[in-house]
Amino acid sequence: MTKSLKVMMLYPEEMNIYGDFGNLDWLESRIEAHGLNVEEVLHVPGNPLDETADIVLGGGGQDSGQNDVKRDLLKNAIKLNKMVDDGVTMLMVCGMYQLFGHYFETVEGHRLTGIGVFDMFTKAGEKRLIGDIITDWEGYKLIGYENHSGQTHLNKDQKPFATTISGFGNNSTRKTEGARSNNAFGTYLHGPLLPKNPKFTDELIRLATTRKYGGFFPNLELDDSIATHARGVILDRFS
Amino acid sequence: MFYVALLFGKLAKFATKLRKTGGSAFPGLVAEKIYPPLLKEILAGTPVILITGTNGKTTTTKIVTELLEGFGKTVFTNSTGSNFPRGILSELLNLKNVRDFNYNFAVLELDEAWAARFVEKVQPDYSLLLNVFRDQLDRFGEINTTARYLKEVALATKKKVVSNANDKMVRSLGTVHFGFNPALSSHFPNDDELYMLSKKDQEKISSCNVRLNEINDDKVKFNIGSAKLKLSGNHNALNSAAALSIVSTVLSDEFNKKKALTILESIEPAFGRGEKVGLRNGNVQLILVKNPAGFRTALESQLSENGSVMIAINDDYADGRDVSWLWDVDVLPLKKVKMVSGTRAYDMALRLDCARVSYEYVNDNLVQALEGFLNVNGDKQIFCTYTAMLKIRSLLEKRATMKKVL
Repeated sequence: MTKSLKVMMLYPEEMNIYGDFGNLDWLESRIEAHGLNVEEVLHVPGNPLDETADIVLGGGGQDSGQNDVKRDLLKNAIKLNKMVDDGVTMLMVCGMYQLFGHYFETVEGHRLTGIGVFDMFTKAGEKRLIGDIITDWEGYKLIGYENHSGQTHLNKDQKPFATTISGFGNNSTRKTEGARSNNAFGTYLHGPLLPKNPKFTDELIRLATTRKYGGFFPNLELDDSIATHARGVILDRFS
Repeated sequence: MFYVALLFGKLAKFATKLRKTGGSAFPGLVAEKIYPPLLKEILAGTPVILITGTNGKTTTTKIVTELLEGFGKTVFTNSTGSNFPRGILSELLNLKNVRDFNYNFAVLELDEAWAARFVEKVQPDYSLLLNVFRDQLDRFGEINTTARYLKEVALATKKKVVSNANDKMVRSLGTVHFGFNPALSSHFPNDDELYMLSKKDQEKISSCNVRLNEINDDKVKFNIGSAKLKLSGNHNALNSAAALSIVSTVLSDEFNKKKALTILESIEPAFGRGEKVGLRNGNVQLILVKNPAGFRTALESQLSENGSVMIAINDDYADGRDVSWLWDVDVLPLKKVKMVSGTRAYDMALRLDCARVSYEYVNDNLVQALEGFLNVNGDKQIFCTYTAMLKIRSLLEKRATMKKVL
């Protein structure tokens, strides 16, 4: 029987500001390229959360989008935290990353409660942090684009996802980028993130496959030359 | 100061020409620095028609201008698409008669963000609000910000605001509306529908003064009559409805449906917006694409069946620095692509790979890529972002007779 991974995208309608489907499309085609089948689940507010998902994706949203999903997200907070504890692989980008912290505070001081997967909080700043961004993730350069007003602060025991090389990252101090708890990653990098960082895409697939089947047999023949060129454009700009 | 600023602006224009660098807005910048109220004072006494929105500004501005001229009016317009106040000022400095500026109308295209700042200085008599789509979020932050800019324009408008009845982001801002028949709605998805937001827009406005009812290739039917357009693409049929709507509002009793439709039939595409250039081995059509909505509409209604296709994606400021929007374009109508180019050629190639659309060549050197592509025999289409379009157009000018725009 062919092995398969179930990929779930959270709030595809509301939290999908700019190219977020690119992560989903790319991840699915990559999983297939490694010889596994894909089952896709789009989680919309009000539907029961599928706790059997192997990889969960979440995207960026406008402030109004975050408001639209908050009730459903809080309703599923315990389930999602349990999935993280159980080692389910997750990638939360921008708006959903913020809602995976304790709270997001708007400029007016209004607090949007998050689900606390990551031990961190976010406050809206006056200045948006916008531009190309390069970070260091375990020696591999992650390349993306950031566009957020939120300043995210990790509490001292929260592990970051990566360290900032150029651009901002979590906040204006330009030090850390994103957060990681178990196999759940949060990040401000869109662009979208996965197509331009195939090595990280493979890591998500490896984590999910290992958890489900005990191991991962990657297809080593994949040609990443186009992605390498696309990465080169940004790397050259900052070298 | 008025004359001093004019003089220095003209000098700056001369200097720009000598240096042969671009910078079409530079003379305007100089003049504005010397005397900030210059633009307001030049335009004083001339009724201003402001046109803004995410997509269709340049083409609609051209249609409005030519319709008004067809009705015997004299019109000043910023036809080069330099759609911010300094750009307009630079165009004013091009005029011989700027000291005694005397036109029946000024028809001005303004970028959404700049439009909001422009109306702080010059309150338009009429404004036309086309649509709001996700576009250049690296500049605007959020789509709701864009909608706010257009609201400021509407509030500052002295006489009438014409807006798109089918776009909920601008509908309530208008007192007069243009729109399309619900039967055509699959051709014109709004921003929510493009992003699968299923909350269907229920509100209806039955009182469009101009409504697009049918599209059959280049033949279109409005509620005020039919026309055969030289402008290709479904979006240009809707842009025509928008232009007819505001011109009938502005001209009121002087407006004549039949005459307006006859003028409309003769209007050619604006530069780079579906513009066709004849070369020895076939036509080349330049199609500007700058956001998911525009790229999607172009692929749906302008893609020719047997021509060769090139795509050129740049990421300069005017194109949008963030190319993630390419992933929101449904590229499947593209069966086969000959050449992918522009500074972000490889990002586009990656997008095509993921959708399993095949392409023959990728070359991020636009000059080389264009050279190779133009050697292909037969009709050709180039889908390109703004700065790529300007570059390609300047290269084409050397090969064919074209109107120089910048």
